[in-house]
Amino acid sequence: MSQSRSGASHSVTWKLHLAILICALAYPFLFTSNFAINLGVMALFYALIGQSWNLSGGFAGQLSFGHVGFFGFGAYASTILQLRYGVSPWLGLPAAALAGAASAGFVAILSFRAGLKGSYFALITLAFVEVFKIISNSVEFTGAGLGLLIPKKIGFENFQFKDRLAFYLIILILTALSVATAEWLRRSRFGARLAAIRENEEAAQALGIDVFTEKVKIMLLSGAVCGTGGCFFAQYFLYIDPSIAFGLDKSVEMLLVSMIGGQGTVYGPLLGSILLAILSEGTRSISQVQGLSLVLYGGLLIVIIAFLPHGLIELFKKIKPSQSRGTDA
Amino acid sequence: MDSAIIISAILNGLLLGGIYTLVSCGLTLIYGVLHIINFAHGSFLMLSMFGVYYLLTLGQVDPYLSIFIMVPVMYITGYLLFKWLIGKLSNGRDENILLITLGISIFIENLALMFFKGDSRTISVAYSDQMVEVGPTLIPLTKLISFACAMLLCSGLGLFIKYTDTGKSIRAVAKEKMGARLVGLDVDKIYAVSFGIGLATLGAAACLLMPIFYVSPTIGHVFILVAFTVVVLGGMGSFLGALVGGLIVGLTESFGGLYLGESLGQIGISVIFILILLLRPVGLFGAKK
Repeated sequence: MSQSRSGASHSVTWKLHLAILICALAYPFLFTSNFAINLGVMALFYALIGQSWNLSGGFAGQLSFGHVGFFGFGAYASTILQLRYGVSPWLGLPAAALAGAASAGFVAILSFRAGLKGSYFALITLAFVEVFKIISNSVEFTGAGLGLLIPKKIGFENFQFKDRLAFYLIILILTALSVATAEWLRRSRFGARLAAIRENEEAAQALGIDVFTEKVKIMLLSGAVCGTGGCFFAQYFLYIDPSIAFGLDKSVEMLLVSMIGGQGTVYGPLLGSILLAILSEGTRSISQVQGLSLVLYGGLLIVIIAFLPHGLIELFKKIKPSQSRGTDA
Repeated sequence: MDSAIIISAILNGLLLGGIYTLVSCGLTLIYGVLHIINFAHGSFLMLSMFGVYYLLTLGQVDPYLSIFIMVPVMYITGYLLFKWLIGKLSNGRDENILLITLGISIFIENLALMFFKGDSRTISVAYSDQMVEVGPTLIPLTKLISFACAMLLCSGLGLFIKYTDTGKSIRAVAKEKMGARLVGLDVDKIYAVSFGIGLATLGAAACLLMPIFYVSPTIGHVFILVAFTVVVLGGMGSFLGALVGGLIVGLTESFGGLYLGESLGQIGISVIFILILLLRPVGLFGAKK
């Protein structure tokens, strides 16, 4: 890997964090329509699962096509606990994180143990998700092909709210936590070890880094974040089925928002998901034809990989004077 | 179980396997030479199938005759696409090429969705309903033709790579890029040629598939994981592997459906894929590096 990525983890001061948080908090009070709040919820949701992809894909360089699997495990875990065992969705949230982490750990341990990396790792994660999808499509426990429908019972204890604003605030908290995780990773020794692995695995090994353990650890963390996204999604739409929970398109969108915004950066996934939300709504108002926003997004991905490997966030850094800390990974 | 059912499951599996071989041999060529995973393979198959569809519905060209149009068209598409886009933009990293082909596939598929809408289309030709009696079962003539052509195409490609001058230079580049450049081969051109041939096989595959299958903008998803499985199982870059791998995967799907039911039966392919990657990543016929 010849390119230097030292510039990728640029410093974000606490003032910027605060400013972004205030903007995100003010948004639903400035734009109060159902449409605007729904748009905000979806942008933050994709920022959350995009950030989960970014933790392992961006910070540690483990290209995964199967992240939707961890999302799906989270979604099914909280939904099944609620429907079959009467467990509150609030407890379902940590359970979903656990399920997401467990599924990610399972995939990671098997694949990394076999020494798979790069494109091979991407392919095997794809195959694991296919297995999850076929099983959830076939067994009664997950509601098979019909999926699981959560009955509508509005009430705080059921994680169901009359006002979409409540959902907005919940997903904002979850996404803010994921951004905080990324910021911690950027500053920590753990993050520095992951950066070393991303840049050159053999060299990292030679430096005495336990590559296998570090990679499994970041996959566990990433899977946990993704799992909470699954729980939120199921509660927001009150429905989950195998093609939602284990469909390739969500894996691709996680990767897209992260790569286009800026992989391995703290705010890349958020930037990418805001752009995707605006693009998909904007193109929908221009033409009724489905697919146009993803056409643009696919084209953008090619351009980004070729010319802006650190994503669109690079453009912002070029305007701002460099604030890079000397101790960056 | 009744032996007639077993025999028809074997026949169905082999016919299905032929289709998988057909779709996979271009992918294994591209991987074997360029060491890249072409994620847009399914999307190019979809494009070719739409080409065959419109050649018949608008131009009254028989799908089997379309081969003479689709093969050169797809070859040129692949050659130019690699020369102008993929080769230039990848900065020489295989993960980048994987992502660029992913971008291409998102681009093409959604463009197809815009123009062709989401519904599936089939074609019908005069010989669509002709049956051939094989043992206890009747088999559509079109399926037999596609099977025979798949075997021919895959072995033909294998011979082409082994004995022709172009084939030899492709193998030279695949094995030792720097050395090939030193003895005067135009490596970038060989790359583009290989990518072109890989796509040309899809042009042929589309002509053979269209009479027995349907086409929709997302048809690539049906084949992409299967094609990767065939290529990995057979050994990336091996045509004998694609042939045998395709048949094994076809039989697995057929018997999986017979014993596990339609829904759970599909699990066999993914399980094979995972096990091969975990236990023997070079595949059945792949060369050890």
